[in-house]
Amino acid sequence: MAEFRSGAGRDELLSVLQPTGAGGPGFIRGPRLLGGGRHSTVISTVSTVTFVAVFVAAFLFAPGSALVRRTFFSGSNMWRSLIGNHRAGLPGIGPALLLNIKMFLVAEVLILVLALVLALVRESTGPVMFPLRILATVYVDVFRGVPLLLVIYMVGFGMPALSIRYVSDQPLAVYGVTALVLSYSAYVSEVYRAGLHSVHRSQTMAARSLGLSRWTSTRYVVLPQAVRNIIPALLNDFISLQKDTALVGVLGAIEANQAAQIYGATTFNYSGFTTAAILFLILTIPLARFTDHLIAKDRNRRLAGALT
Amino acid sequence: MSQAQPAMPSQPDDAPGTEAVRVEGLHKSFGTFEVLRGIDLSVASHEVICLIGASGSGKSTLLRCMNLLEPIDSGRIILWGQDIAVEGQVDENLVRRQIGIVFQSFNLFPHMNVLANVTLAPIKALRVPRSTAEGEARTLLARFGLLDKELDYPDRLSGGQQQRVAIVRALAMHPRIMLLDEVTSALDPELVAEVLDVIRELAAAGMTMVIATHEMGFARDIANRVCFLADGLIVEQAPPAELFSAPKDERTQRFLRSIIEAGRLS
Repeated sequence: MAEFRSGAGRDELLSVLQPTGAGGPGFIRGPRLLGGGRHSTVISTVSTVTFVAVFVAAFLFAPGSALVRRTFFSGSNMWRSLIGNHRAGLPGIGPALLLNIKMFLVAEVLILVLALVLALVRESTGPVMFPLRILATVYVDVFRGVPLLLVIYMVGFGMPALSIRYVSDQPLAVYGVTALVLSYSAYVSEVYRAGLHSVHRSQTMAARSLGLSRWTSTRYVVLPQAVRNIIPALLNDFISLQKDTALVGVLGAIEANQAAQIYGATTFNYSGFTTAAILFLILTIPLARFTDHLIAKDRNRRLAGALT
Repeated sequence: MSQAQPAMPSQPDDAPGTEAVRVEGLHKSFGTFEVLRGIDLSVASHEVICLIGASGSGKSTLLRCMNLLEPIDSGRIILWGQDIAVEGQVDENLVRRQIGIVFQSFNLFPHMNVLANVTLAPIKALRVPRSTAEGEARTLLARFGLLDKELDYPDRLSGGQQQRVAIVRALAMHPRIMLLDEVTSALDPELVAEVLDVIRELAAAGMTMVIATHEMGFARDIANRVCFLADGLIVEQAPPAELFSAPKDERTQRFLRSIIEAGRLS
């Protein structure tokens, strides 16, 4: 304190505290190129139209434009690939998509359960759980590291080859779902773990201080809060899962992607892929918007909580 | 608040003067930092003890060790004649049902309403039927002026209300001892009184309590005995009149002087 009262130190302090903007040009902002202001609606409209126009022009005036339009965007082919042709042995992409949806719904439930078990085992303490903890860790490492496509091949071709009754004579989609569950549960268990860690330690302490057991504290205090925190991340993984059901087509299961492939191989027109792409978009976009909605709601809730 | 003594925990079997807890030679380190360096403390039934001392002197750690939330390095904690600090031989959940603790930061469960916060442990740990647990919870909530809040979530409550709910939540387990860890430190000044009133009521009902606090005036009013902690030791302990007016140890004198300078003790 004392040194500031003496001459030199005091002058130094005052010079540091000197306002820098004194005598400046006031608070009027110069013109800006990007964003903001009264004309924002007009600007965003013009910008959108320009962007779209550039891309459409590039597409229309490309040298191979006519060919691409004919082979990928032919309306009649898109329609025919959608409904298929029973007599010609052409599976419809629309009906085939039902298999994707079925696989997704079954896999989703199994993933949620298996991933939770994996996460709880990995977060467990105590020497009794040690071997299981190691097992779960190895499992997650392996199935996060191996590409999903390889897992699908190994399960889809390996399990039938084993020639074990029931295990080896299942429909292809069952192997597909098995592979999806194996791979995704490893990812989702990490999401669960992040969720468990996101709940503050004081919550566990409060629960344990009331005489609740470790498991009861996790079950009723930590887990409900953890799941609430990770819902957006879970939905994000499920958007990805919806698309990845298309990979099961490599086993020969007639799902949307495989149906499109068959249509292309038969007619030499690839508009079926466009059809399949549009169908997948119709599936995933609502889920994506719903995720955004939940994130926004959660943010508002937190903000409201911080203000009160 | 003035109903005819419903559900207020009291222990008629504990004759005053019986030793409830005794801590002997308690040591506790976090890493290389030794927080508690040989604490000796005896608490009689129905006694109210206030722990005072600077932040970091070990008050909170002592309370957490006493209900086994922190494992201790050495020493003994004897609860009604039984050593509970023997690792592996004591069911810590059973111990904690006897010793309630309330934290500075409330730690209510944010995803449950007030009633669920209070009834969770009785239902899940004591296996009390839900209707019974809710009835008892309502009685306690009513007693502390919180009955109209039973369906509210914690984030809708003021800090004082949250802390009172936290106290009720601990009381719902019928603890024989309550540990209060700076329960008013996180509260706005105008909300402190309502929480202190609750504690006064508990003291009047004969609850055995160990209270870590910075509210010196409150400690002087309520405590049977005040312990001053510094550097992980109980430096001085005496009835409040004695300790506040004629502190013997030099460190106690310095601490109280700084408190008075800060205007926290008239």
